Amino acid sequence: MSFINYVINGLSLGSIYAIIALGYTMVYGIARMLNFAHGDVIMVGAFTVFFGVSMQGLNPIAAVFVSIAICITLGVTIEFIAYRPLRGAASSLVVLITAIGVSYFLQNLALLIFGANTKSFTSMVPINPVRLAGGEIVISGETIMTILSCIIIMISLTAFIKKTKPGQAMLAVSEDKGAAQLMGINVNGTISLTFAIGSGLAAIAGILLCSAYPSLSPYTGSMPGIKAFIAAVFGGIGSIPGALIGGILLGVIEILGRAYISSQLADVIVFMVLIIVLLVKPTGLLGRKLQEKV
Amino acid sequence: MAMLEIHDLEVFYGVIKAIKGISFKVNEGEVIALIGANGAGKTTILHTITGLIMPKKGRVIFDGIEISKIKSHKIVSMGMAHVPEGRRVFAQLSVFQNLMLGAFTRKDKAEIENSLKSIYKRFPRLEERKNQIAGTLSGGEQQMLAMGRALMSKPRIILMDEPSMGLSPIFVNEIFGIIEEVSQMGTTVLLVEQNAKKALAIADRAYVLETGNIILEGMASELLDNDEIRKAYLGE
Repeated sequence: MSFINYVINGLSLGSIYAIIALGYTMVYGIARMLNFAHGDVIMVGAFTVFFGVSMQGLNPIAAVFVSIAICITLGVTIEFIAYRPLRGAASSLVVLITAIGVSYFLQNLALLIFGANTKSFTSMVPINPVRLAGGEIVISGETIMTILSCIIIMISLTAFIKKTKPGQAMLAVSEDKGAAQLMGINVNGTISLTFAIGSGLAAIAGILLCSAYPSLSPYTGSMPGIKAFIAAVFGGIGSIPGALIGGILLGVIEILGRAYISSQLADVIVFMVLIIVLLVKPTGLLGRKLQEKV
Repeated sequence: MAMLEIHDLEVFYGVIKAIKGISFKVNEGEVIALIGANGAGKTTILHTITGLIMPKKGRVIFDGIEISKIKSHKIVSMGMAHVPEGRRVFAQLSVFQNLMLGAFTRKDKAEIENSLKSIYKRFPRLEERKNQIAGTLSGGEQQMLAMGRALMSKPRIILMDEPSMGLSPIFVNEIFGIIEEVSQMGTTVLLVEQNAKKALAIADRAYVLETGNIILEGMASELLDNDEIRKAYLGE
């Protein structure tokens, strides 16, 4: 029975990775850049809720919405100030280094405002745990909320891209920015929208993550950010279903590895699986071969 | 009044002057051909007109409005469509999705539906393959899709960049036939072509470009009889 519990926990952690990985994969697909500051937006989202609820006594639901709004603003602003001027730069390394710089900036800003002490985060999930099989399987409220959120996000995002004009614009921009412009699509606006969606999702992921693992520091977003990046690459960067599959697999492998092999080696196992997948299929599980445009 | 006027246009790629101060105009209803060898600057001119490249000097005037500083994506809704070189269809999207992206700036759903029907009528092959992924179409079919996609914006002027490039002779004839048809439906056409013979055969007037300058202009029929042109561009 403990195996089932582990798998459920893995699904829950994997759902968080998947929600974060969406931000990486969408931004990569559309702006062709790796936004390494994405993980720190998660931390900002969690800190906003912490500050609102624990320090200002704000209603938790209101705090969640404020946090999403702040992260959206932050993501769009980062893109506008730091990345947009570099679009068309000779080397994509320039943007990558800038993204790492933004990541350190956000971490140190949080350090300055909230200090280095780890805060204990109060869970934002008002659902009671569910016990099955005579109490042998326990599913926490956080787990239910996380998996449910992941499902809702995936369904709405897929529908958004398939059915709406901005969604189709995203597909067009991800394939060919020049041709998209000739269709009358505002490429910069579409990239901003992508950052907005990714950052809003990062806020949700941050709140879910800190509700499930209730400790918060300026470095909280960094490791899950890297893991989610791996999940995105694992699933095939640029692919939305890939982010889901990559995230879920990574979460389940990590939890099972921790439980049955060694908790110290859990991350090693995760990285090993990644390396093996990339050796066999360099574009990731669902990745498509990138065509070079002339 | 000319529909499209280009005045003293200068375009640079870094320090290299690609377009060296050219002027020309396109009147409503005309088919204008820009011909010239590789590297003469034909594509650069089209890119500058639709705002993909900013000129260093000079003005582009469309319907009396200066558009040299207007962003590309806004020019489409003013009634100008551009079929880019190499077709550039969205290879991973379906034929239908490509066509609908062509109508991106339009709002009226019923009107868009009508345009779609008329394009399917003109290009029955596209209707047969509407659910097929564009990247799997043949070169000629992709060119038809690129044209259909541009027509979905209901343009008053359409810019076409090397529509016959890399196509089999049968498709080349078909594509030129379509361009004539588009023109007969009332759309103004600015055509860039290396296939000078075919281009001059359907054009009203033409400009001959050489390394960033217009070296010759005139009625297409006269240029077809010009000895210099015959030697340099028609291979005779």
